[in-house]
Amino acid sequence: MSQRLFSVSIDKFIYIIGALIILMAGLSACSSSGSTTGSTPPPIPAGPITIGASLPLTGDFSSDGQATEQGYQLWVDNINKSGGIFGHQVKLDILDDGTKLNQTTTNYQTLINVHHDELVVGPFADDFSVAAARVAARYGYALVEGSGTAPVVFQAHLHNLFSVSLAAQNTLNTFTTWLLSLPASVRPKTAVYATEQDPYLQPIVETAKSQLEKGGIRTAIDEITYPSETTDWNPIADKIIAANPDVVVLGTVTNDAVAFVQRFKQEHFNPKVMVEVSGPDQGTQFTDPIGGANVAEGIIVPNGGWYPGLSTYQNKQFQQQYIAKFGGNAAGINGDAVQAYSVLQVLLQAIEKAHSIDNATLIQVLHSNTFQSLQGPVRFNSDGENLLATAYLFQWQKGNLIPVYPPANAQGTPEYPKPNWPS
Amino acid sequence: MKLILEAVVNGLLMGGVYALMASGLTLVYGVMEVVNIAQGIFVVAGAYLSYTLQQRLHLDLFLGLLVTVPIMFVLGLFIEWAMLRRLKRDRIVLSVLVTFALTLVIEGVLGLIYGASLVYLHAWYISNSFQIFGFYISYIYVFAFLLSTLLLGALYLLVYRTTFGFSLRASMQNRAAALLVGIDVEQVQAITFGIGVSLAAAGGMAFGATNVFNANSSFDLITRLLVIIVLGGMGSLWGALIASLLMLVIGDVTAVVWSPIWSNTMFFVLLIALLLARPQGLFGQREGRKQ
Repeated sequence: MSQRLFSVSIDKFIYIIGALIILMAGLSACSSSGSTTGSTPPPIPAGPITIGASLPLTGDFSSDGQATEQGYQLWVDNINKSGGIFGHQVKLDILDDGTKLNQTTTNYQTLINVHHDELVVGPFADDFSVAAARVAARYGYALVEGSGTAPVVFQAHLHNLFSVSLAAQNTLNTFTTWLLSLPASVRPKTAVYATEQDPYLQPIVETAKSQLEKGGIRTAIDEITYPSETTDWNPIADKIIAANPDVVVLGTVTNDAVAFVQRFKQEHFNPKVMVEVSGPDQGTQFTDPIGGANVAEGIIVPNGGWYPGLSTYQNKQFQQQYIAKFGGNAAGINGDAVQAYSVLQVLLQAIEKAHSIDNATLIQVLHSNTFQSLQGPVRFNSDGENLLATAYLFQWQKGNLIPVYPPANAQGTPEYPKPNWPS
Repeated sequence: MKLILEAVVNGLLMGGVYALMASGLTLVYGVMEVVNIAQGIFVVAGAYLSYTLQQRLHLDLFLGLLVTVPIMFVLGLFIEWAMLRRLKRDRIVLSVLVTFALTLVIEGVLGLIYGASLVYLHAWYISNSFQIFGFYISYIYVFAFLLSTLLLGALYLLVYRTTFGFSLRASMQNRAAALLVGIDVEQVQAITFGIGVSLAAAGGMAFGATNVFNANSSFDLITRLLVIIVLGGMGSLWGALIASLLMLVIGDVTAVVWSPIWSNTMFFVLLIALLLARPQGLFGQREGRKQ
């Protein structure tokens, strides 16, 4: 006679436990997301392949969100014209996050769990990309994105996040490479660094400072950081002028970029090299307040990895198709649209290499291959940073902002030293 | 040492411009007990008016004030009649709400007309400077300071040497008593508000000549102006002047001696310390009412 455990015999108890174990093993094997390594990817279901994304179509970042949507939509239109992916048409599933972080998280939950989109791609901006990638990781989805480039994105160490664009902190790498390549006899000796207190700008300037110091260019005074809400930059400019450096590296947006130029001009301070992270690339919004394009002569500004004249993958066709669909000219193409298009270019190449849209397989393929995009070659490290992205250096020369470095894509040679301000 | 002297000079010159912008704000509070949150957007509107005259008619910025100041004065009269005169009770609190709403409306209108692009006023004296005792000083800062001195001086004469000024000071001291002696307090308030807004036009020209701006530039500005009038004493013209100079000099000297990050902090520390000892500010509302 079998012993009884409470009201169940031991034999029956063992059978029940065994059945539960078998059931749980079966359930985990049947889990739809994150199929085990080495297993055959599941077939693509019938019907269109849906790619989901959460974008700020309203709110503070709405213009960026709309431009990103344009880039995604243009790519989808093109791929569908050429037969789709593996014969399946592609459909975009965009949800508006209203530029709210919490909504981004909710949206990716919806895209994956409710809409059951086969694939998801990035939202706009750094924190939003991290939030989206965390949700995607929970369900084993890859997240290829184009606008999350700040250090915080890569410090999240998300294995499923892939940023196709230039990592922000590397924005001045090309500048430092050029400067340190100058012959020692003419190379500048001292530098001053000043930047807005901004999570995007500060790492850029600090990385450049570290590289130039290692290359032997002495930092004349401690790095100056100032709040974003500063409205009077004269004392900061005066401090820089008092140090009389050869090189001035400024982490600016347009307002302060203009203010520094005006103050330096008023004070007749002429550094040998002047680089501003952004501002000089804003066309007449920069040149008009400073007194004309001739005043900007010699000022350097980095470019975040794309411009119309680049000979990169599908760049010419992209520009023609963009202008045909949205109007304008090549110079007016929004960088957000470029980044978005690049995201889907890379995703498609990963799908083609994997012969599958299975996310686990795509994550493996994305980590172990090189891809091509509008912004140039792409290869990811373990944190999703694109190791092959290049920042191009632009300089105002004779009234035009032209690429001057690296030489392969340059339309002129870098002007050094920067000429004195015109009187 | 040169750096500190430069910071002091820069602070004094810019302080004059801020005094001009803040004087209208403090005057309006003193007479009407209205906290005009819209003063910042009036400054920006003044800057845009100067910009429009320069772009369309190629009018010099200072000459353009002959047009912009009267326009803004009339706008001030209209706003006082349409919105502020109807606030009979809880004027301080309600005026904050009403003028905040007005700010949003004007900002939206300016955004629609001019877009979001940053603009800047142009003139030969904006980008050029002259050398004196080893310092380079920008012409625009000196001209703006002189304009501020002129207008503040004119305001002083208006307030202390005219019949209207007598009525204005009476209204500030005791509204009921002023009514009883036959002063048309409503008219005084309307004209005062108009003056406050027209001073913003002049300040706006100086602001636009020394900063790139767009419709969103008003919020930082109004924050600074409110701090200035609190420090100087709500309703005190002298207070607005002294506080403006103090704020800008302390900020600039801190930026060069220590760090720009601490510029505002130093000023606010001193503000809090002063308010703890003297809650009415440097010249105080009681002092203001004695004007």
